[in-house]
Amino acid sequence: MTEPEWPLYEVFVRGKRGLNHVHVGSLHAADDAMALQNARDVYTRRNEGVSIWVVRADDIAASSPDEKDPLFAPAGDKVYRHPTFYPIPDDVPHM
Amino acid sequence: MTSTAQPELPSQAQPELQAVFDAVIARNDRIEPRDWMPDGYRKTLVRQIAQHAHSEIIGMQPEGNWITRAPSLRRKAILLAKVQDEAGHGLYLYSATETLGVSRGELTQMLIDGRQKYSSIFNYPTLTYADVGTIGWLVDGAAICNQVPLCRTSYGPYGRAMIRICKEESFHQRQGFELLMTMMRGTDEQRAMVQESVDRFWWPALMMFGPPDADSPNTAQSMAWGIKRNTNDDLRQRFVDMSVPQAEVLGVTLPDPDLRWNEERGHHDFGQPDWDEFMRVVKGNGPCNTQRIAHRRRAHEDGAWVREAATAYAEAPLVEQRAPASVVETEETS
Repeated sequence: MTEPEWPLYEVFVRGKRGLNHVHVGSLHAADDAMALQNARDVYTRRNEGVSIWVVRADDIAASSPDEKDPLFAPAGDKVYRHPTFYPIPDDVPHM
Repeated sequence: MTSTAQPELPSQAQPELQAVFDAVIARNDRIEPRDWMPDGYRKTLVRQIAQHAHSEIIGMQPEGNWITRAPSLRRKAILLAKVQDEAGHGLYLYSATETLGVSRGELTQMLIDGRQKYSSIFNYPTLTYADVGTIGWLVDGAAICNQVPLCRTSYGPYGRAMIRICKEESFHQRQGFELLMTMMRGTDEQRAMVQESVDRFWWPALMMFGPPDADSPNTAQSMAWGIKRNTNDDLRQRFVDMSVPQAEVLGVTLPDPDLRWNEERGHHDFGQPDWDEFMRVVKGNGPCNTQRIAHRRRAHEDGAWVREAATAYAEAPLVEQRAPASVVETEETS
């Protein structure tokens, strides 16, 4: 007998003030409150965070690995977006 | 966002996809859940990560056995924290397995139906409190030897789970060693208890690395795929070399008459575990196999009403009107 599963949540933790929330893993929970409670127990047993986000995995829109090339290619040939593109004499200070 | 498995495509029909996969492995990069991967790679990972997850979950039992009888509040708090960690490790690994397209329910079912395995070490009983220390020192020590190289495994979610686990395992090993050191500073009876425990766990700990390389037909393929980074025998040797000086500090004897330093090799020579016993335990005939699975099945079935009640509560219309969850102190959300 396989019972219906609780939805999957992705868990994001802010390690300390001043940092972004970072994806740390996932878990199952019946609702948002339980997801937060479980996230605390599973992912912050050793003071790993000061804040937690949980998001239903179904609610995340993600880019597909198949379209990786067309999606990111436009950034590839624009080397002039990087500071190293511009030769500046070594003796110019604070540059 | 990492949990939707791609439909499987036969690699013969997908040479370009196979080439991309091979290139990622060749440059020692990581495969992520929605990438195309060969069927065998996916199956090997499901088997290995699930077995690993099940081991963490079943591994709660031998030590959990002693929680109510811990000799002090300090030891009880430590043991509770440790057993809770094992549960956490099981959950990290189940999540990693699920990214390969298997559901949590299927995994639990396969464990309690005996269709998937867990580490044979957890089929040995814990007869004294010294076993709590020995498990920390030797069993978690062996687990660390196995797991540290797996932090670099080629499958991203598995490697990330292993990194979290390894950070926590070091507490497990140290608390075990400290427990044994404390007993060794106690009475003759306590020292004898430690030695007796080490005598029982040494050989099963060596078996944790799996059969000798010559009898491990899957190792070569797993290493080619970057799933495994070392062979069973390499890791077993590393564990023996690591444990010998630790045993000296403790003042216990490792129960192997063939154990001695080999100057030429720069490693210890050691005897072989009883591989027939290993096969018997793996096949389900160890001292505690039946009890472990029966206990896990009971916990799962007895918990069914809780899962149903939580689902019903989540689906009740009242949930919509509830204030935002405040179980955890959340800051601003942007």
